[in-house]
Amino acid sequence: MSVTPILRLTDVDKNFGGLTAVDRLNIQVFPGQICGLIGPNGAGKTTVFNLITGVYPCEGGEIFLGDHEITSSKPHRITRMGVARTFQTIRLFPNLTTWEHLLIAQNFLSRGGNGKRLLPDRQREKELKDEAQEILSLLDLWGDRQRKAVTLPYGSQRKVEIARALATRPQLLLLDEPAAGMNTRETEDLLHFIAKIHTQKQNMAILVIDHDMDFVMKICEYIFVLNFGIKITEGTPEDIQQDEKVKEAYLGKEE
Amino acid sequence: MSIYYLDLFSALGINVLLALSVYCPMVTGQLSIGNAGFMAIGAYMSAMLTVHLHMALFPALIAGGMVAGFIGLLVGFPALRLKGLFLAMATLGFGEIVRNFFMNFLEPLTGGAYGFRGIGSDPISVFWIWGWVVFFLIFLHFLSRSRLGLAMLATHDDETVSELMGINIVRLKIGAFGLGAFIAGVAGGLFAHYYLYIEPEFFNVWRSIYMVLFVIMGGMLTFWGGFMGAAFFTLLPEFTRVLHDWRGAFFGLVIIVLMIIRPSGILTREMFRWDYWRPSLKEAKP
Repeated sequence: MSVTPILRLTDVDKNFGGLTAVDRLNIQVFPGQICGLIGPNGAGKTTVFNLITGVYPCEGGEIFLGDHEITSSKPHRITRMGVARTFQTIRLFPNLTTWEHLLIAQNFLSRGGNGKRLLPDRQREKELKDEAQEILSLLDLWGDRQRKAVTLPYGSQRKVEIARALATRPQLLLLDEPAAGMNTRETEDLLHFIAKIHTQKQNMAILVIDHDMDFVMKICEYIFVLNFGIKITEGTPEDIQQDEKVKEAYLGKEE
Repeated sequence: MSIYYLDLFSALGINVLLALSVYCPMVTGQLSIGNAGFMAIGAYMSAMLTVHLHMALFPALIAGGMVAGFIGLLVGFPALRLKGLFLAMATLGFGEIVRNFFMNFLEPLTGGAYGFRGIGSDPISVFWIWGWVVFFLIFLHFLSRSRLGLAMLATHDDETVSELMGINIVRLKIGAFGLGAFIAGVAGGLFAHYYLYIEPEFFNVWRSIYMVLFVIMGGMLTFWGGFMGAAFFTLLPEFTRVLHDWRGAFFGLVIIVLMIIRPSGILTREMFRWDYWRPSLKEAKP
């Protein structure tokens, strides 16, 4: 493909003490794609997200966002360049309302994109507030905007995390187990919302981690499978479902 | 107004400023028990300027605040690596360094342990103090309504996530520390020029602890909490004089009771929401 990938990981390494968490990982995600990152427990999926967003430093390899290298950038710079994420265990700000979560996410945008402006400009403020309203309406959260986000039901809290991530205007959205702890109906809802977001923001790429195979198979166009920090295979959902190595990683080897 | 009330009102104003100086770092999640140090820097600096260089009060106050604020920024860097009680201990150490510095050095200029006498001939008017109080209250009002103010609260709640929302938490936390130090420095300058006499003992750990107490008791997530706490604990000892010997013990009891019934302080952020006091409207809202 001649298109520049929005996210490119080349030979990325990460160790915790003597433990190899991620080993020479190569991943490419293209604009507008929904990709899945799957693998058994402890495969290093969340570590990959932490490496991309700069929470952990890489020990080897390179990470590119479009044409920009972000390998050793600080988390807030990476966010400003267009990466947003949600968390496996919901991490909302306990003292803030839903609406305030979005205002915070837009903080750097309101100050000239790089956070340089001290005082906000009125025109931009209005644009951003309209945008925040749009995001909340899209995710059916508008009615809950004045409530403390942590008092909302579990499913809505997950949506606030997604809304907050969207408010940073990402080119790449990282969803860390968005369906974890949700019942079937809530998962259906979430699928529907992700599809809606995807159609509205054509150029934004989404990378999803999840254990729920059904869920991943339904929304992802392309899937990477990790086990013990090594990418064991990649391909379309159909390929992955047929792959012996994937079955082995999840279910163990047939003797 | 009688001298008694004038004195009380001035002490109140200075305590409010000191509470605000602790509020600023606290709202970004940094507990400082060293703000008496910044207050001392502002007090000694501005007093030296007005006494020895005959500078006018206003620029001397600003200069005292700036020096304290600058040192606050410097202290803010190592403070980034420490959290909670560990930061509290480190800032306590800083406060002690400052107090000992003024005790043992600069004696020809400041009188050292004997105290700095003759700072002007008349105390400044109470309006000087309350002018600054009003100024900082207005400033913090606009700050806390801005996205920057929200970013400070978010940093208090979860630093990692705040960073991942594009907030430069290093700059924010150091800035908040410096702003707090500036306010403490100005309060120190006002203190020196109101009482006309200062000595290092005025700026000991107890003063720092009281400032923190004001903020924690008043409510640490809104600047009105600091205001409230300072007002409550400055006026309480005055209005409980009838208790005679039991006054101190009663003061302690009030702290314990308050912590039990209002663990997050007298004032909380929600109280300033338009619908907090009108639950009926809240229900009606879609």
